Amino acid sequence: MAIDVTMPQMGADMTEGTLVRWVKQVGEQVDRGDIIAEIETDKATVELEAYDSGILAKQCVAEGETVPVGEVIAQLAAEGETIQGEPDRKPPAETPARRTLDADTPNPAAAATLDQAETAPPPPKEVEDAHVPIGPNGAEAAPGTGERLRISPVARRLATEANLDLAGVRGTGPDGRILRRDIEQAVRDKTAAPVAAPVPPPPPPAPAPAAAQPAAPTRPAPAPVAAQAGTRVEELSRMRQAIARRMLASKQQQPHYYLTLDIDMTAALAFREQLNASATAEQRVSINDLIVKACAIALERHPKFNAEFTDSGLRYHEDINIDIGIALDEGLIAPAVLHCNRKGLGRIAVESKDLVARAKEGKLRAEEYSDGTFTITNLGNFGVETLIGIINPPQAAILGVGSVMAQPAVRDNQVVIRQVMKIALSADHRVSDGAEGARFIKEIQGLLENPASLAL
Amino acid sequence: MPELRMREALREALREEMLRDDRVFLMGEDIGAYGGSYTVTRGLLDEFGPERVIDTPIAESGVVGAGIGAAINGLRPMVEIMTINFSFVAFDQIINNASKFLYMSGGQFNVPLVLRMAAGGGSQLGATHSHSLEGLYAHFPGLKVVCPSNPADAKGLLKRAFRDENPVIFIEHSALYSLKGEVPDDADYVLEFGKARVLREGTDVTIVGYGGSVHQALRSAAMLEDQEQLSAEVIDLRTLRPLDIDTVIQSVKKTNRCVVVEDDWQFGGFAGEISAQVMERAFDWLDAPVARVSGKDVPMPYNRNLEFAALPSEEDVVEAVLAML
Repeated sequence: MAIDVTMPQMGADMTEGTLVRWVKQVGEQVDRGDIIAEIETDKATVELEAYDSGILAKQCVAEGETVPVGEVIAQLAAEGETIQGEPDRKPPAETPARRTLDADTPNPAAAATLDQAETAPPPPKEVEDAHVPIGPNGAEAAPGTGERLRISPVARRLATEANLDLAGVRGTGPDGRILRRDIEQAVRDKTAAPVAAPVPPPPPPAPAPAAAQPAAPTRPAPAPVAAQAGTRVEELSRMRQAIARRMLASKQQQPHYYLTLDIDMTAALAFREQLNASATAEQRVSINDLIVKACAIALERHPKFNAEFTDSGLRYHEDINIDIGIALDEGLIAPAVLHCNRKGLGRIAVESKDLVARAKEGKLRAEEYSDGTFTITNLGNFGVETLIGIINPPQAAILGVGSVMAQPAVRDNQVVIRQVMKIALSADHRVSDGAEGARFIKEIQGLLENPASLAL
Repeated sequence: MPELRMREALREALREEMLRDDRVFLMGEDIGAYGGSYTVTRGLLDEFGPERVIDTPIAESGVVGAGIGAAINGLRPMVEIMTINFSFVAFDQIINNASKFLYMSGGQFNVPLVLRMAAGGGSQLGATHSHSLEGLYAHFPGLKVVCPSNPADAKGLLKRAFRDENPVIFIEHSALYSLKGEVPDDADYVLEFGKARVLREGTDVTIVGYGGSVHQALRSAAMLEDQEQLSAEVIDLRTLRPLDIDTVIQSVKKTNRCVVVEDDWQFGGFAGEISAQVMERAFDWLDAPVARVSGKDVPMPYNRNLEFAALPSEEDVVEAVLAML
């Protein structure tokens, strides 16, 4: 009877491990306590000890491969015993739900006897699947896991059409397959901005959100929550659900740090006035447009804030697509001004006005709500002094902008009145550190305080 | 419109075609004096006489061969094979002669033969008398295969079969002979071949059936709606050859899911053909693999409980749909 050696759980939060190196080879005698292999967790590399003795009959996992905790990685056999059939690649039932490995994984020596086993080492595992569509950021869909992405054909097509990066999409179908409904949900999620901002409460009953799409068939919905005395329960709109889910995920999964800074906007306001003196209504530049442009320039110089964290590494985006939080009656949405780094201030002004108008009509294009790489949330119009935003996942940072307020300041030992605006950077500490964040917002400050650079 | 049972609708079709075209005549075992095993031909011997309603010996190969010869020579024979199970002994005539003469004679001889047969299990007739061979006949080029699911279709398609210049295998599910339905009494009522029908519109899954399995598909759709709040579209293929795959594809592009239901065995069966064509033509619209709900892979058991277990059920269809979500 073969003895299974499984991926051990080393630490409560370990869900998978990478087999770094096989110490014992197929055919070798293994005694209890021997080191069989080296396993890497996200914390350390540890040696895997044998708990049983026998002959290493089969290595089910190739070096470099990452498998879930509990999955069989090797089999020990008694001398002369034959290991039959497919190794048990399926993780045990209690393994947390994950995408399982595909059955078409090359199967090492399906029925190797011990005598033959030495001549039948497992072939190297295919780690990547060239057929997985490439997301807008050039990322393979199931990064670093070595697992083939399970996705239905229609979901794959819709994801391609929406230019959606599959890395962050969770499959809810059988065996974690990504289905049509998951893509539709992901596209909808992109429409909800992560602004920790007061939003006008939706009038009951909530109007259909702009992003509403035909509901994917689902199992019966959870029973409605009964209203307690003195309360009433309003059903969650899809947009509300998306905002709730994404903000929760951000706060749970992205460790935020916060930096605030005062920016003297006196020069920027004068610059803007000058620009707008001869501009048509369409071309008029808003304070926010200046900030968008300043951020675009700063992001080029500080690409970590135009990136995202993935398990396999930091993913830097070539494009700088800046989401602008827009409050709607039924929630909010954060469409992107695309390719900000390649656009002048005038163009940004025209496009952002168009974006706001179309957001309110629910006429945004898919890439506008799915391709953002950084977000600006601005409640200056409301007189808010400081706005500290929640990062819009999977982005690395968000800039909260307050109102421009006249304040006394000391210049050349004189008290003068300056127009001051407070900005707050919320950044993902997995991607960047505080000092980097400080340099980034200093850059924004410098650009806005010397606004001529924005016109370049 | 009058309401008729399917056997009566079929009888009307035969009668109207015999009145319309005096080349039409009927042959088969017990179709005359006895009125047919399923009483489809009752009364026709009295009305049309023994030259046009011919009782034959129990010799399916010979009867089908005679039908082929008559068809080649300009008549419009209908041969009733009492049940599809007996068509095995006429298989060589059907496959090697009826389906191929047109081709092998370089187009000189066509075979306008209508072959009617009762099919299907569920009546405790045992392993040898419970076949569903629609898919088997659909395998052969040169044959048209018709499998109506209701009286109106049965009449309209059978009338159409007599107007075909080539052999038509007309398969009647034995459990449907008593099914009632409104049937047009217009003598010109003829249905086209190769036109599937959407019996019920839906958005979540397409359930495809033919003949008897159409009714399972409909009941499954009702269960899915009542129990799972799922909206199933049901398509009755009506003819397997020619096959109206376009209607299926159109539906799958809407629902992204497809289940094919048939009484026949799954391995190498017609549901597999539908599945393959859907995959070839609507791959990028599929949200799940096409599912086949079919008879179990055993000769039909005689025991009543086992027989039901061997046939596909509504629960099987519901389960197949839920497994896709």
